[in-house]
Amino acid sequence: MKKSTLIVMAVVVVLFLLSWVLKASALQPEQGSYILRGFLVTFAAFLTLAVMSFLYQDNPFYKFAEHLFVGVSAAFWMCMGFWTTIVQNLIPRLSTSLADYFMVPQRPEGLNLFFYTPVILGILLLMRLSPRGGWISRWPLAFIVGTTAGLNFIRYLRSDFIKQISSTFVPLLGTQWEGIGPFLSNLDLSASGQLVLLLSNWVVFLGVFTGLIYFFFSKEHKGAFGVGSRVGIWILMITFGASFGYTVMGRISLLVGRITFLFGTWLELI
Amino acid sequence: MKRQIPVVLVGLFGLFMIFQYFVPHESSEWIYEFLLDWTIIIGIFAMALGLWSLYRVSVEKIRTRKPAWGYNYLTLVGLFTMMLFGFTSQNGEAWGWFFPFMVAANLTLVMIIQASVTKGHRGLFLGTAGVCLAVCIVIIIFDDTWGFHFETAEGLQSTMFRAFFDNILIPIFATMFSLLAFFIASAAYRAFRARNVMATLLLLAALIVMLRFNPYFGPLSPYMSKASNWLMNVPNLAAQRAIIIGVGLGIVATALKVILGIERGYMGKG
Repeated sequence: MKKSTLIVMAVVVVLFLLSWVLKASALQPEQGSYILRGFLVTFAAFLTLAVMSFLYQDNPFYKFAEHLFVGVSAAFWMCMGFWTTIVQNLIPRLSTSLADYFMVPQRPEGLNLFFYTPVILGILLLMRLSPRGGWISRWPLAFIVGTTAGLNFIRYLRSDFIKQISSTFVPLLGTQWEGIGPFLSNLDLSASGQLVLLLSNWVVFLGVFTGLIYFFFSKEHKGAFGVGSRVGIWILMITFGASFGYTVMGRISLLVGRITFLFGTWLELI
Repeated sequence: MKRQIPVVLVGLFGLFMIFQYFVPHESSEWIYEFLLDWTIIIGIFAMALGLWSLYRVSVEKIRTRKPAWGYNYLTLVGLFTMMLFGFTSQNGEAWGWFFPFMVAANLTLVMIIQASVTKGHRGLFLGTAGVCLAVCIVIIIFDDTWGFHFETAEGLQSTMFRAFFDNILIPIFATMFSLLAFFIASAAYRAFRARNVMATLLLLAALIVMLRFNPYFGPLSPYMSKASNWLMNVPNLAAQRAIIIGVGLGIVATALKVILGIERGYMGKG
């Protein structure tokens, strides 16, 4: 390790300890655990700055935060999965004594011995660790893959295909003619005036139609088909721009949250 | 047999999940609910397999001295610590010997890893691991200010489990995502040049959405907000719908290939 890196690390450690002491002393001692809370706030601030340091370049502090995150989040999801699925969902269905031991309420429908099957399949899945019996783990995997594939087949056919197409069939010629006055009233974009609604319906219909033309690559994009494809890509560009803007705003709000934490909770400057 | 049975299982369960959708009988729905629960339960076993895999990969990186191998200790210590927090909690207000216990437990883990990766001094590392383990056991026996709670999900509510979630996971997660704001901004600087119609549409749509809540536009602010809403609800909806229809078709086709046994990548080699 380079000497300059060691010096930077030493400075960071000293600053961390200083911040911990100051933060702990600033917290109310009578609330208890102020040393621990001081440490946690300082550590959160350190991790925030460590991740932000990636803007300069990859460095040991960023790697520290990255590797810690992997371990802690894996354990977090494992614990959550154990308590919410194994204990809450499985155990009350398998054994009353186990349910009593884990202090979870018994199921109104009682025990269900069919639930030994996923336990057996789960244990078979762990056979993947065995060099000889690894092939058995394909059976539970086949169960998960088959069930999910069948489920997705129906789910996506309904929600991403049929429902999307049926929702695109919007009234393109208006609903009820009440004269030119009501037709031209309420021209505000946010309003639901007849003309605005009609135009919006046309944009939706043509947008979907031309968007699909753009994604249809089995025919050369020439002539009328090419015009449709070009309109499709314009609509797509508007969407990408809008999605981009939306994402930026979301990320900026997260950044504001982190800055507020650093200057508010940690440094108490705001 | 090693490869045929999984293909048959995938086909059976996949076709059943499709078939049950068209059978509005309560027994069909009952089996459907069953299979869904089973999938979730087996998923938890898969998560345990993932944790073991993370351990193996990290230890292997340490053993072979891969670049940045030292950080893998941090991943494993984070994993182990968070797991312990998930199953322990205070019995009262005091912490007692809880933190020395955590240090000793982590030292045990590190020494076991060292013993498994090192060529010499294996006895020394195993001996140290044994001493640390003995310290852990002594603390567990004599310190009753905290305890292991396998009976209830109290660990999930324990101070340290929640503190690690709030002060490690959330700051790193939020900061990583907020960093994207900077990268997106730099990408936008390069991409957002009104060189042609498509780039101009992208630029305008993004600007309208990003500036919709800007209070400095004075009387223009409400119009920006309305235009942004219209962009999100009409052209954006149209293009998203075209994309979703394409994605849905892709998923349905893939699911069908899996169910019919054409796609067998999930089985791996061997």
